[in-house]
Amino acid sequence: MTQAAQKPKKEKIPRQPMPEQAPDVRARNFDEVPIGQSPEAAIKEAERCLQCKKPVCIQGCPVEVDIPGFIALVKQGDFSGAISKVWEKNTLPAVCGRVCPQEIQCEGKCIVGKKGEPVAIGNLERFVADHERKNRNAPLPEKAASTGKKVAVVGSGPSGLTVAGDLILKGHEVSIFEAFHKPGGVLVYGIPEFRLPKDIVFSEVAGLEALGVKVAFNTVVGRTVSLEELFEQGFDAVFLGVGAGLPTFLNVPGENLIGIYSANEYLTRSNLMKAYRFPEYDTPIIRGKNVITLGAGNVAMDAARTALRLGAESSRIVYRRSRQEVPARGAEVHHAEEEGVEFFFLTAPTRFIGNEKARLTGMEGLRMELGEPDDSGRRRPLPIQDSEFELECDLVIIAVGAGANPLLTRSTEGLELNKWGYIVADEETGKTTRQRVWAGGDIVTGSATVILAMGAGRVAADSMHKYLTLGW
Amino acid sequence: MFKIVNREEMAEGTVVLNEIEAPLISRKAKPGQFVILKVNETGERIPLTMADTDPEKGTITIIYMVVGKSTALFKALKVGEGYQDVIGPLGTPTHLEKVGKVVCVGGGTGVAVLHPITRALKGVGNEVICIIGARTRDLLILEDQMKAASHDLRVCTDDGSYGHHGFVTDVLKEILEEGGVKLVVAIGPVPMMKFVSKMTRDYNVKTMVSLNPIMIDGTGMCGGCRVSVGGKTKFACVDGPEFDGHQVDYDELMARLQAYAEEEKESYDEHCALTQ
Ligand SMILES: Cc1cc2nc3c(=O)[nH]c(=O)nc-3n(C[C@H](O)[C@H](O)[C@H](O)COP(=O)(O)OP(=O)(O)OC[C@H]3O[C@@H](n4cnc5c(N)ncnc54)[C@H](O)[C@@H]3O)c2cc1C
Ligand SMILES: Cc1cc2nc3c(=O)[nH]c(=O)nc-3n(C[C@H](O)[C@H](O)[C@H](O)COP(=O)(O)OP(=O)(O)OC[C@H]3O[C@@H](n4cnc5c(N)ncnc54)[C@H](O)[C@@H]3O)c2cc1C
Ligand code: SF4
Ligand code: SF4
Ligand code: FES
Repeated sequence: MTQAAQKPKKEKIPRQPMPEQAPDVRARNFDEVPIGQSPEAAIKEAERCLQCKKPVCIQGCPVEVDIPGFIALVKQGDFSGAISKVWEKNTLPAVCGRVCPQEIQCEGKCIVGKKGEPVAIGNLERFVADHERKNRNAPLPEKAASTGKKVAVVGSGPSGLTVAGDLILKGHEVSIFEAFHKPGGVLVYGIPEFRLPKDIVFSEVAGLEALGVKVAFNTVVGRTVSLEELFEQGFDAVFLGVGAGLPTFLNVPGENLIGIYSANEYLTRSNLMKAYRFPEYDTPIIRGKNVITLGAGNVAMDAARTALRLGAESSRIVYRRSRQEVPARGAEVHHAEEEGVEFFFLTAPTRFIGNEKARLTGMEGLRMELGEPDDSGRRRPLPIQDSEFELECDLVIIAVGAGANPLLTRSTEGLELNKWGYIVADEETGKTTRQRVWAGGDIVTGSATVILAMGAGRVAADSMHKYLTLGW
Repeated sequence: MFKIVNREEMAEGTVVLNEIEAPLISRKAKPGQFVILKVNETGERIPLTMADTDPEKGTITIIYMVVGKSTALFKALKVGEGYQDVIGPLGTPTHLEKVGKVVCVGGGTGVAVLHPITRALKGVGNEVICIIGARTRDLLILEDQMKAASHDLRVCTDDGSYGHHGFVTDVLKEILEEGGVKLVVAIGPVPMMKFVSKMTRDYNVKTMVSLNPIMIDGTGMCGGCRVSVGGKTKFACVDGPEFDGHQVDYDELMARLQAYAEEEKESYDEHCALTQ
């Protein structure tokens, strides 16, 4: 820490760094990359906030956390006060502090960021949440008197957990139905341990259970029990937060060779099934030496970084557009590069090559150039004739997006879907075209973010509460 | 926990039956559907077909061959103990229709998978001939049950210790020669399904097989179970596990089943060393 940083002159305080494991060390372990800040550093960071009269940062937060409000309490050292303030709007701050794309949300708007680095809102949110989890000082939110109404929440991802948390506090009985054997949705099966330790998610769910939320695992709604049967069982309202869990493949020759995974499969094996601890855990995973990840979103970064930790000698991201179009969070791209992930831009796969045992040995790629903007406003990549070349690899992870899993929607009547198979739901209320059924999160918007899924959960919970107390 | 209420060993202990308490699943399950089981916290998710269900008792029955670490752990479970997780019913149920003369061909533990399907096909009014096979007499399973589930049961052993001396395909050929067969259902080791399909193609008889690729979630979210059918990629857990046998790329399936051969051996050897 420099001397200058300790001077009382406010505007001179630099953004407090987040201590991290060194890149060469962390690239070989599954421990969390950022280590977390000290209370002193958090207070100092809080002092950087100007306590704006018109806090623009709040406009950048999809759930409108009272950012200056909680930061003021951090500054006073009142960490339990601060967490209670955050909880008013965000029930999963330990998660959001870690995974929100702050640079385009709250921090992207922060006024301090106009002339320097913005206030580290995400780090502060993470700090107060972690501090509270260790010390447990803040009073639990109060539960309203029982209404006698029963709500079913399908899926335990961030949208479902938000609905459950909101409605249990409003006095309704809440049961979550989850297909997997663990709660958390993408937070647990997708996002790796080194970015979001699973104990944090489980502790949030334990908190909901302590409030009275029931969680039924291994329950695939649409198979184990249908939506109709949930109503027959006496549920008054149902929220569908089943996520966008359908892997996209490329339809490129050789795609079924051994050594080609969807990102969903690769990450599920590693995270949910803990294959990174094989053989202590029974689920195996292919540990590639030369790994290629196709795509450049958050999912691709997670896959490429996981591959390094599973012993890859080289981990390469191959993306058909250019660096400007990379959709992943800046911090993740930065982390990946620091750890040694290499990027190949303007390259698309055309063919996978295997040996006589049907194991992957290489990938043929084609160079691309950028043409006119497409529907998404990004310049469309166009193939350059005869530019094929071969890359050696023994593991390919396809991370080019996800779609709507039709398992539940196809077996349920009266739910209107859009042309991609996502559920049509009213933006203001989360109401679907079927009475007493709400939906939100990735199954409505397509793959988005944790905080948007939580925001959709909040909107639906408000509407559900209105219905349960006043009527549809 | 999903408690085991009944347990039997068959085929010299290489095949084990568990009847498990799973009321929700047992009420919903239809022939051809499967469950995924996870034995304990560190266990993997293993798909097994329901060989039977008893909705009144709220139980399901699985019959599995002990082939690796997970099934060895399953075998060690006693009555009163149980599985940490059981998920289901998964997969598309068998398409049941009255078509006339049907031949059901089963090999190895495939017979267990075939049993509820055979019974259901007979139930909707088909004339069902059954052919089951095993390497040797002592490895044959469910003979009595299959007899009851069909109109006519033929048994084959590779070594001639019982029934017809030879493969199920020999007997199938005879029946196909007689003519009139409208549907063949073949469930067993991949090579068996491949040969049956090859034969029935020559006779132009519709053939249904049940595929067993490696799975994780069983709900269509990972794509690990993908198989090529008619040149298209299908997810066996949701699009199947039953497919038109004439369209399946068996060689690809066989190769993909070997994806973890080394890891499976490592896992199993370590397990054996520990339990010795
Ligand atoms: C690898 C990866 C990394 C990501 N990184 C980030 C990030 O850094 N920051 C960020 O903001 N966002 C990130 N995202 C996106 C974010 O995780 C999702 O937008 C968010 O989790 C969506 O929440 P959800 O509640 O809609 O559904 P999900 O989190 O998808 O949860 C849905 C749940 O429903 C269950 N379910 C599905 N079908 C059924 C059924 N029929 N019956 C019962 N249960 C069912 C599923 O098992 C699952 O648990 C990432 C996504 C992935 C895949
Ligand atoms: C839909 C379906 C229904 C099945 N029904 C039955 C049944 O009724 N009776 C029966 O005996 N077997 C059945 N199987 C096969 C059974 O799942 C495997 O034998 C079992 O997974 C072996 O696990 P293991 O750890 O003991 O052996 P391992 O040593 O792990 O592997 C032995 C063999 O099992 C395959 N296998 C390994 N892991 C999996 C997995 N997660 N999913 C699928 N296959 C895997 C491997 O390719 C290998 O060929 C079914 C498979 C599927 C997909
Ligand atoms: S929830 Fe996310 S966007 Fe909102 S303040 Fe917290 S980190 Fe920023
Ligand atoms: S915009 Fe920045 S400085 Fe202003 S209140 Fe928000 S965090 Fe503080
Ligand atoms: S097992 Fe994952 S999609 Fe079939």
